Amino acid sequence: MSIESIDPDEVDAADILGSAIERREDPALITGDAEYTDDIQRQDMVHMAICRSQHGHAKLEDVDTSAAEAMDGVVTVYTHDDLHREDTPGGGSYSLPVGWLLDSLREVDHPILADDRVRYQGDAIAVVVAEDRYLAHDAVDAIDVDYERLDAVTDPVDALEDDTAELHDDAEDNVAFDWEIGDAERTDEAFESAAHTASIDLENQLLIPNAMEPRAAVAEYSPGTDELDVFMTSQNPHLHRLLMSGVIGHPEHKLRIKAPEVGGGFGSKIHHYADEALVAWIAKHLERPVKWTATRTETYKTDAQGRGHRTTADLAMNEYGDIVGLRVDTTANLGAYLSTFAPAVPTYLYGTLLSGQYDIPAIHCSVTGAFTNVPPVDAYRGAGRPEASFVIERLAKLGAEEMGMDPAAFRRRNFVPEDAFPYETQVAVVYDSGDYEKTLDKALEMADYESFRERQEQAREDGRYLGVGFSCYIEACGLAPSELAGQLGAQAGLWESSLVRFHPSGTVTAFCGTSGHGQGHATTYAQIVANELGIPYEDVEVVEGDTDEIPHGMGTYGSRSAAVGGSSLVKSSQKLVDKAREIAAHQLEADPADIEFEGGEFRVTGAPDRSIGIKAVAQQSYLAHDMPEDMEPGLEATSFYDPDNFVFPFGTHVAVVEVDPKSGEIEFDQYVAVDDVGNQINPKIVEGQVHGGVAQGVGQALYEGAEYDSNAQLLTGSMQDYAVPKAMHIPEMETGSTVTESPHNPLGVKGVGEAGTIAAPQAVVNAVVDALEPFDVDHVEMPMTAERIWNAVDGRTEPDAETETPAAAADGGTDDPDTAADGTGGDS
Amino acid sequence: MTEHDITLTVNGTDHELTVEPRTLLVHALRDELGYTGTNVGCESSLCGACTVHLDDDAVKSCTVLAVQADGATIETVEGLAEDGEFHPVQSGFQEEHGLQCGYCTPGMMMAATDLLEENPDPSREEIREGLEGNLCRCTGYQNIVNAVENAADEMHAGAVADGGCPADAADGSGSCCGSDAGDVRWPEDGGESE
Repeated sequence: MSIESIDPDEVDAADILGSAIERREDPALITGDAEYTDDIQRQDMVHMAICRSQHGHAKLEDVDTSAAEAMDGVVTVYTHDDLHREDTPGGGSYSLPVGWLLDSLREVDHPILADDRVRYQGDAIAVVVAEDRYLAHDAVDAIDVDYERLDAVTDPVDALEDDTAELHDDAEDNVAFDWEIGDAERTDEAFESAAHTASIDLENQLLIPNAMEPRAAVAEYSPGTDELDVFMTSQNPHLHRLLMSGVIGHPEHKLRIKAPEVGGGFGSKIHHYADEALVAWIAKHLERPVKWTATRTETYKTDAQGRGHRTTADLAMNEYGDIVGLRVDTTANLGAYLSTFAPAVPTYLYGTLLSGQYDIPAIHCSVTGAFTNVPPVDAYRGAGRPEASFVIERLAKLGAEEMGMDPAAFRRRNFVPEDAFPYETQVAVVYDSGDYEKTLDKALEMADYESFRERQEQAREDGRYLGVGFSCYIEACGLAPSELAGQLGAQAGLWESSLVRFHPSGTVTAFCGTSGHGQGHATTYAQIVANELGIPYEDVEVVEGDTDEIPHGMGTYGSRSAAVGGSSLVKSSQKLVDKAREIAAHQLEADPADIEFEGGEFRVTGAPDRSIGIKAVAQQSYLAHDMPEDMEPGLEATSFYDPDNFVFPFGTHVAVVEVDPKSGEIEFDQYVAVDDVGNQINPKIVEGQVHGGVAQGVGQALYEGAEYDSNAQLLTGSMQDYAVPKAMHIPEMETGSTVTESPHNPLGVKGVGEAGTIAAPQAVVNAVVDALEPFDVDHVEMPMTAERIWNAVDGRTEPDAETETPAAAADGGTDDPDTAADGTGGDS
Repeated sequence: MTEHDITLTVNGTDHELTVEPRTLLVHALRDELGYTGTNVGCESSLCGACTVHLDDDAVKSCTVLAVQADGATIETVEGLAEDGEFHPVQSGFQEEHGLQCGYCTPGMMMAATDLLEENPDPSREEIREGLEGNLCRCTGYQNIVNAVENAADEMHAGAVADGGCPADAADGSGSCCGSDAGDVRWPEDGGESE
């Protein structure tokens, strides 16, 4: 069932790309040799701890740090005013910037230490520096903060009410932005002429990322050279360098950000937070190395959270079951401040994906962003795309029911057809390639859907409630090109940079501006470069995550690394080969146009005995004793790869569950994931990404959710209270794939990091709702706890054993309008 | 604050150190002795990243005080491999892609070795239940379960080669644990695995 991994020594060089080789990262990670940020020790290092707001919303009347400062071992304590004193170094903004602008966006100040007001529980008030970790925390406890509590709000819809307390003077009614996409008028017309409609009100709950490694930073400063080195848990060191440079007022070229081993991110280590900036600034101010590692409590209170939507959505269909319109109205929770890419997540990463896998002629989506007293909300694995996929796939389930059609057949009927690509949706994106029926067919076969309805019916007769849920999802990764990103509001380009360098001895170092944190880039990138250069895999070293070593980069998020970073490595390798070809031609006394390159050898066309290997060419390039005229010595190449478009992976996930309506318990019978992520560089790593993504999606569907009380106190502030799924909570997954290449990148790859997280929630919810169909339950909010299931069923009529179930029409449903309209199933 | 002199034997090496009464074992291991392979994930016993063996039992070293471990024998991830050879659990994690970011992995492997000591031939469900104290956010656990199964098989094969069956020793039934056992007959006295 699962893909078997292969020892790289047993793979022919020609087959390295696409082989499920074991990861080269693992030996360091399984022996304890790997160095994470908190492992770093420095002579004379001090420890930082942060005094954070106890309240969700309050005025700061007084912050008394005298007792803390008087403690033995405490070096100093800083508050907001200390950052702005004339004798402090830098001259930074000491406020966090937002990296994505929208026309209507209210940019609000986000100070790294609160001035006179705190807006979420966890907002930083003061920072202690002490000789050891424990003392720093003791001193934080000794800081006396006098608060005047203010009314707090955590729900985005409530935040917009007239009588709700406002968080920011610059954001009337707590509105952060109003945004829309699509054609409202055409969508209204579609609904006016629709024969059938389906509607849903839903919440996509706030999630806490929970990377296993808490955020951390170690900074050290060299006064003699003015160099400030920051080791930190970063998904994008170059981006952090640029942003931090402005925040703390240290020149970008004197600031180094290095991501050591990073223990997971899921988006939470993209953003620029106050904490890491404070570590860097203090190291400079004190001229001593400084370490800060978040406690788990701090990660719960301060890591940017994800999702947080309240949505009303409607689907319009004609009499035959063709989708003719989609209308979506969402209020998105942005938390207390605008995090780094926050405005993009519920807008361009959400509204643009609402067409799903379907050919929908009219779509309109409006989104209002709301400030609330929860931590800033930003990208979390999937970022906007799970929310979009949840909306359209829940509506697909309801639409099929409304039509009395089989849910697979309803989807199939509305798919963008295979011959329609590139396909331009009504929400401003162009799908690069796709074959949605292929993944659906494979998933139906793996799930044995043909026999499922019979099984379901029999089970119901026995008083057991089985349900099947489909999720035909689309994801978008490798947001590009930069010009488009700029038009949409990005304050950064979204290319990727790499450098491939031959060494004189014939080995290669490949530098890439992405920054992996568990995805296996050291392995997959070496597979790419070895394949391009025709050299052994073990001769390629991969370097990521260090602004001092890598020319430039945008980092790892949005499932972009293979599509954009990997493609950049191909481009750099090809440039390098172009130069090597000229050197080879010179050495072989032939015209470069007559030189072929294959398997690491340059050969003269038609004279195969006249050849030279690329390693020998590399050696010649550094000897430089006999180079083509005007050619510089050395053999390396850099590229900045800016893709033509996003890539759009897709797939079908099928969940089969059994629900016990009496206890509210849900058990998985089966989970099938069929994903098409384009060409696969390493199928074992792809499989692992799908597994992990599905687990987070199942976590959202069944277990996870940030809960606050009416004072914006986090109630789920620990792993005791917030249910990060354990091994026994996650079903055995059956994975499969199809391959539809992306036509616009040199590897034909798409992306897989977020696929499972995007796909899983609605597969599970649809399955549960399907199971409870005899009870007339049409929606259950996530997380679908036993209590919620029980409440959904409670009071509903026990089903009649004769209840009809939808016939399995796995392979096509029907084009016959009469049959479709009168099909079996529907509400009992 | 008062301080205490304690002795810890870590991966076979004796260490004498002075700690505060409140110093957590994990911080003594990491910050005082440099065994940074053991990671801290939650400081509250909930995530299991800091799992080590204390006198042969898996414990969460973030909720053991260093002074409580005075005189104890401790094994950390750094002590799993022997003579440059990976422990079967380490090999299992690598071969089955049982790790991604690797942060939970040392604790997960220490919990898994303890599990296999107790139950040398666990079912997949038993593995999932046995690892309930260890969280992983990357893998979705499936390849971790595969890794532990893989390790159990390898340890069993190793035990067969050494003339003993760990399941035999554990359940006392006198019959082999079954997997890949073939026609091997077990000596009456069983034989402990190493």
